[in-house]
Amino acid sequence: MEKFTTLHSRAIPLDIENIDTDQIIPARFLKATDREGFGDNVFRDWRFNQNGDLNAEFPLNNTTYMGSILVAGDNFGCGSSREHAAWAIADYGFKVVVSSFFADIFKGNALNNGILPIQVTPAYLKELFNHITADPETIINVNLEDQTISIKDTDLSEHFDIDPYKKTCLINGYDDIDYLLSKKDAILAFEAKS
Amino acid sequence: MKKTLFDKVWDAHVVDAIDNGPQVLYIDKHLIHEVTSPQAFNELKDRDIPVFRPNQIVATADHNTPTTNQHLPIQDTLSRHQLEQLSKNCTDNGITLFELGHKYNGIVHVMSPELGITQPGMTIVCGDSHTSTHGAFGTIAFGIGTSQVAQVFASQCLLLSKPKSLRVSVNGKLKNGVLPKDVILYIIAKLGTNAGTGYFCEYAGDVFQNMSMEGRMTVCNMSIEMGARGGMIAPDQTTFDYVEGREFAPKGEDFKKKVAYWKTLPTDEGAEFDKEYFFDAEDIEPMVTYGTNPGMGIKVTENIPTLDDASFEKSLKYMNFKKGESLINKPINFVFIGSCTNSRIEDFRVAAKYIKGKQKAPNVTAWLVPGSKLVETQIIEEGLKDIFTDAGFELRQPGCSACLAMNDDKIPKDEYCVSTSNRNFEGRQGQGARTILASPLVAAATAVEGKIIDITKQLN
Repeated sequence: MEKFTTLHSRAIPLDIENIDTDQIIPARFLKATDREGFGDNVFRDWRFNQNGDLNAEFPLNNTTYMGSILVAGDNFGCGSSREHAAWAIADYGFKVVVSSFFADIFKGNALNNGILPIQVTPAYLKELFNHITADPETIINVNLEDQTISIKDTDLSEHFDIDPYKKTCLINGYDDIDYLLSKKDAILAFEAKS
Repeated sequence: MKKTLFDKVWDAHVVDAIDNGPQVLYIDKHLIHEVTSPQAFNELKDRDIPVFRPNQIVATADHNTPTTNQHLPIQDTLSRHQLEQLSKNCTDNGITLFELGHKYNGIVHVMSPELGITQPGMTIVCGDSHTSTHGAFGTIAFGIGTSQVAQVFASQCLLLSKPKSLRVSVNGKLKNGVLPKDVILYIIAKLGTNAGTGYFCEYAGDVFQNMSMEGRMTVCNMSIEMGARGGMIAPDQTTFDYVEGREFAPKGEDFKKKVAYWKTLPTDEGAEFDKEYFFDAEDIEPMVTYGTNPGMGIKVTENIPTLDDASFEKSLKYMNFKKGESLINKPINFVFIGSCTNSRIEDFRVAAKYIKGKQKAPNVTAWLVPGSKLVETQIIEEGLKDIFTDAGFELRQPGCSACLAMNDDKIPKDEYCVSTSNRNFEGRQGQGARTILASPLVAAATAVEGKIIDITKQLN
């Protein structure tokens, strides 16, 4: 897993609530048996019209917006547990997703793929949307060590929570398998007494 | 200390804990299917890690399988490859697989309970969010991502922070024609799609105590639709009677010992929950959804609410519904009875009872997709197939089918489908398709009438 410490980037606003993982990657693209290439179809049915043309109104297709931070509406990533959604977001080039609320399974999948989900207050999310849409060149600074997110050249900053263990994993690029394998003796002992 | 059902099962599975961090939770059963497992097998192979406990894994092919001509080779190359990959991975690693055509093949959350693989007090995971279904037995069961599938392959454990506790109590007597699906759609409509996020939910009260195991599974199945990782119902005599005698259930003295343990699992009197909700059974009526998430549900007799909210309006625009309108008399061309929510024998009995002697409306395409080969056999043996066929319904072969439309069972663009499945997300049943979630009874009535009707008029 790639390490994550800080990020300074422009952001793409996706001001829609309850974005489910079926929207992030529709089921018809889940037939692959590897993890590669899902970014091509991220938000497929919002990015493209049914005739295959780009939907120019969709923020990811709006060339004034760019960057590796996705700012999305409340309850992001609800629905299906498909990790393909996290792979698609990572493959498209996002490293951070900001929302006022994340669904559990998506949040875990993101962290397991080196994507940092940042939960901010609804008020701060609104500030982010306002700043990014008013000036698409707005830079957002993320510092995982300090657990802060801020809008550059403003005093708008917010602290975010992250599980300390997951924070260590992201900063060092570790994953849970490494840790679990190191616990083999305890697992065997548990099995023996069960 | 007073403990909840969840606490008791969780605490019995904690192997170790990280200071200020997650706990190492032991997983008793790991269910896998073709869509979310191949990348996990690849990861283990790449890292040269063996599958630790292959005999605690059970595999089935369900998400991406055809529901017609299952005896023929699969046409779609990618789908065929995905299923071949599953077979190969299971063979290479010594994992039991109920592949397409096997007498035990079926939707993972239908197959495991009916074979007695699912038992009270267990921890069960699967790379599928509707794993919450198994909570009906008083198990901790929840969906996981593929990285976690790999973790369980490698260690039979997961690193998890203990979720908070939530209890939803429903007491009273359900009205005639109100099914378990209506109960859970009602709860989600009341609480919203993220009320349960970060929580594990226990369903309590006499409504659930009086429910069959299949009904309890329907309820627990949709826990994830209110954000809860899982839902549980205390095991009782109904549970024990259901489990007893099933293929992989404990037998004889073993079973008796297990029952004695399972009886200790219900939540202690006075145990505290982080959040509690109470509902009256009498308030619940047959439900339908009108929007693009399962929380957007109304009683079939109610009108769509009028809210000024961009996401709400986007949703209605997709559905081509107007604020304040009623769904009654809306013409419907597609009906789907199936999915891990409602594809068990009781669901088909309810539908058959309504349909018997009637005819499907000419405008309707009605698909009935059993949850498993065993359910399919029961449908035939009980004579339900004849009722369905005589009425013009199409009984297909088992699988997830049009619930997620990964296979060819897709609802066309702009068409409405009254569906017994669990998700009405945009495009869930096919690009541009519009899903209305409902019970098997409402679905059957819609198919007969060719439109949504006020079923309560026929019931009362």
